[in-house]
Amino acid sequence: MSAGAPPRLWPRLGLALLVTLAVVPFLPKWAAFLVTLALAKGLVALGLLLLMRTGLVSFGQGLYYGIGAYAAGMGASALELGDAVPLVLLGATAAGLVALLLGLLLARYRTIFFAMLSLAFSMIFYGLLVKTSALGSTDGFNVAARSTFGLPTTSPVGRFGVYGLGALVVFVGAASLDRYLRSHLGRLAPAIRDNELRVEYMGASVRNVVHLHLVLAAVLAGAGGALTALAVGHVDPETTYWTTSGEFVFVAILSGTGSVAAPFVGALLLELLRSFAYEHAPNTWQLVVGASMLAVILFLPEGLWSVFRRRRRAA
Amino acid sequence: MRPWSRSLAATAVLSTLLLAGAAVAQAPAPAAEVKPFKIGVVTFLSGGAAGPFGVPARNAAEVVVEALNGGKLPAPHAAKGLGGRAIEVVFIDEAGGPTTQVAEYRNLVQRQNVDAVIGYISSGDCLAVAPVAEELKKLTLLFDCGTPRIFEEGTYRYVFRTAPHATLDNVAAALYVTETMPKTRKVAGINQNYAWGQDSWTDFEASMKVLRPDVQITTSQMPKLGAGQYGAEISALMSGSPDIVHSSFWGGDLDAFVLQAAPRGLFKKSVAVFTAGETAMYKLAGQIPDGTIIGARGANGVYAPDNALNGWFRTAYTDRYSLPPVYPSYRMAQAILGLKAAYEKAQAGGAAPDQDKIIAALEGLTFESPSGTVKMALGKGHQAVSEAVYGTVKNVKGKITFVNVKRYPAEKVLPPEGVKSADWIKSSLKK
Amino acid sequence: MGDLLAVTVDGVLYASWLFIIAAGLTLIYGVMRILNMAHGSLYALGAYAAASLAGAWLRGGHAPMGSYAMLAAAAILVGLVMGPLIERGLLRFCYGKDEVVLVLVTYALFLMLEDAVKLVWGVEAYFVAEPYGLLGSVELGPLSYPVYSGILVLAAVGVGVALLYAVTRTKHGKLLLAVIHDREMSAAMGIDVNRIYLVTFTAGTMLAAIGGALTAPTVSVLPGMGVEVIVLAFAVVVIGGLGSMPGAALGALIVGLVRSAAVHWLPQVELFSIYLVMALVLVFRPRGLFVAAEARKI
Repeated sequence: MSAGAPPRLWPRLGLALLVTLAVVPFLPKWAAFLVTLALAKGLVALGLLLLMRTGLVSFGQGLYYGIGAYAAGMGASALELGDAVPLVLLGATAAGLVALLLGLLLARYRTIFFAMLSLAFSMIFYGLLVKTSALGSTDGFNVAARSTFGLPTTSPVGRFGVYGLGALVVFVGAASLDRYLRSHLGRLAPAIRDNELRVEYMGASVRNVVHLHLVLAAVLAGAGGALTALAVGHVDPETTYWTTSGEFVFVAILSGTGSVAAPFVGALLLELLRSFAYEHAPNTWQLVVGASMLAVILFLPEGLWSVFRRRRRAA
Repeated sequence: MRPWSRSLAATAVLSTLLLAGAAVAQAPAPAAEVKPFKIGVVTFLSGGAAGPFGVPARNAAEVVVEALNGGKLPAPHAAKGLGGRAIEVVFIDEAGGPTTQVAEYRNLVQRQNVDAVIGYISSGDCLAVAPVAEELKKLTLLFDCGTPRIFEEGTYRYVFRTAPHATLDNVAAALYVTETMPKTRKVAGINQNYAWGQDSWTDFEASMKVLRPDVQITTSQMPKLGAGQYGAEISALMSGSPDIVHSSFWGGDLDAFVLQAAPRGLFKKSVAVFTAGETAMYKLAGQIPDGTIIGARGANGVYAPDNALNGWFRTAYTDRYSLPPVYPSYRMAQAILGLKAAYEKAQAGGAAPDQDKIIAALEGLTFESPSGTVKMALGKGHQAVSEAVYGTVKNVKGKITFVNVKRYPAEKVLPPEGVKSADWIKSSLKK
Repeated sequence: MGDLLAVTVDGVLYASWLFIIAAGLTLIYGVMRILNMAHGSLYALGAYAAASLAGAWLRGGHAPMGSYAMLAAAAILVGLVMGPLIERGLLRFCYGKDEVVLVLVTYALFLMLEDAVKLVWGVEAYFVAEPYGLLGSVELGPLSYPVYSGILVLAAVGVGVALLYAVTRTKHGKLLLAVIHDREMSAAMGIDVNRIYLVTFTAGTMLAAIGGALTAPTVSVLPGMGVEVIVLAFAVVVIGGLGSMPGAALGALIVGLVRSAAVHWLPQVELFSIYLVMALVLVFRPRGLFVAAEARKI
């Protein structure tokens, strides 16, 4: 995986950012939306990638995704924040704070019990949201940012504001995570996954590292949730439901943990697959999506990203 | 390959995929003079809402559109298609929640280039899609969702709802109960724990308290949507011995509740009021006891008026699907016919009208549907009103019939323009 | 305190229903380390098969009592067909993969089965209500319960006892315990692990199908009926301890009683009562009630 000293990733991510921004005018409008959605969901999967490298899988990332979405939504309506940038920051911060608190407990858990406790928390939050009729219960409420970076959403450039903001957040998130994974602390992640006791013997605190990773993953998920809320223009409790959390696990695993770019490729392919399955097989799209997933798991055990990796080895 | 070029290649491959997808999706339309009017129809095709709602609605769309294209409808909808223009329909599954539905709505409008969208059973999907319709400036007809919030909290130009909202169902239920069962004192409720169930109970409870201030609520049960097992809830309902049990259950949950409650004698002790009970009554004819009060969310299904349009719809639907149409089918037919009426009014014998003209024609329009006359009276002409109907079940030789059918005009069961439903109920249902 | 009686009875009835479903889930996890997301679909398949078979039996004008045999036959049929089909046709290619990947495999399977069910049975609801009321009901204070609910309790107890007996008293059961304890060592000792897996998965599938078949008379059998069941069953086995049969029984009982108490006394919290219990149990017993802490490996 991260053997040796692979070249720094940020120049390439920067290039990808530029390409992502440059292709907007040429992309059909529906695709721009799907890409934004994929970037937002990819952020959540990126957080999962960090957790998975640490040996943890959360079936409850929907909690932070939902908190990010609701924080952005309430920021727009209750605090009357009009710009998308502070809303995304608000979403990320709120999710991070909740993870800081829950992490006191969650950091002690491993394997399936970590997964299920995360799931329990997200489902309790779901229950609370459903009970709160002031927030629209299961129907949720509309969210609208008036501008991005001060550019009004009605202007020709501002219309793509959330798209651009998404690309920027993804660049910052992926580049800093990549840098972190190469740092001393970041390299403890695989060590913790392989053997915690040895890491403790080395004098590092496994619990603190896990706690930190929980918070980082939550911040990414919160930013993803806020971006989704702004792109969709609506928040609802479905964002915290276990099926949504499951979808993120999917994207993370189908993409593979090989690179910080993988979750975004995986998220985009899944969005495209689902959307074309909806269009061409409205009555049997679950069959199409399920079969495609099985095919990836069986034939690309390292995830979708391994397609790119293999070609590199062959070259 | 070098790392740099690799990521570039990856991005390029993905962009190409997107562009190719766009090319496929935007295949050039035939150069005919007037291409068919393309409608995107969104309704549940999978999951628990598909059987009771989504598929009966899809079936109705198929029957009505096919007949319209063949010019087989009775007056006033006898003209072929939309004023002579053929109709083309594409179906999309409503599953996946508002995020997915907003993506699919954009795909319908921007990838499939539909001329209008008719759809949405879930209120959450309606609320999420409405602002997007405004952004994309695409005529969108909500055909079934219940929440009054859409036009009470927002103003839309491109969004219409061709069926009345859910306030009508519960206010009318309360009126019906007070009129037909004047001795009612103890009331209980069992509703699904999501916006529809919560709103239904809130409206019903508030209306009952206005109409009969001494009413006593024994219990309000709120099981999870799709729970399926109601043993404990039934016990809790029965121990309060209420006179009536209000429920806005639908689909599998309603079926399961009736199947589990009937053998335990709940319906012998208390009269059940099912505000959306009509979808279940054909299949559960043997289980629904005499005296049960059933609604069809307006003058749909069994309560539809005895006119030529309804006669045609019932026969055509039943011939093709061997089951009679239920209220979601009626509401779908209503949406398509509303669009047709607006289109033909805008056309006025001239050329194919543009979207703005259709919208202008649909605002405040009065049109005929199998459920009778529909008027776009609320929400600045974007929200339909129609009468409400309730009746009491009487089982005649294994077939369900209705006695004591009461019809309430729209003014009695819906708030006037500019007043929110909740406020209107609290202010004693007065105009 | 008639209320208390009602709470207990309702709780136990709900727990019996849950246990039958959760038992199969925990059995498969205990032996194969697969958290089977498709369990809900197999439950739905059991219900569909039961509604079809028993429905055909009743429409054919046979003795109504025979419909109970049809429910059982449907469950056995689904178990014997779907169990080997899924295990041999799909899962055996995935052994050795990460636990989470296996969850995804079964999730993909769940999606496919949902549509497969729709293709076979359509979206219309199926009913086979007769067996529910056929045996009459008993009065408990002001409430009455159908005798059929008693069958559900008996079935749950029967499943529990049978599994306990099979695991602790038979040769097969001992081999099973060996495989649970150390798969590689068992294989080295000459135990046919593949066969154990096949039998386990078939038994687990059959349990899901029994749950579905016994539920069929009390519900309308519809697409999507298996979705809610999955998470509920997960919660039960996690509370009890994954892979533990007594744990599943206790977990089901706790969830059943808590839910029923919530419904009777505090309907507002019913929605998340189960997850609250799960979180509380995990806070104090991080691996569930019946699983001992694992030795730390160095």
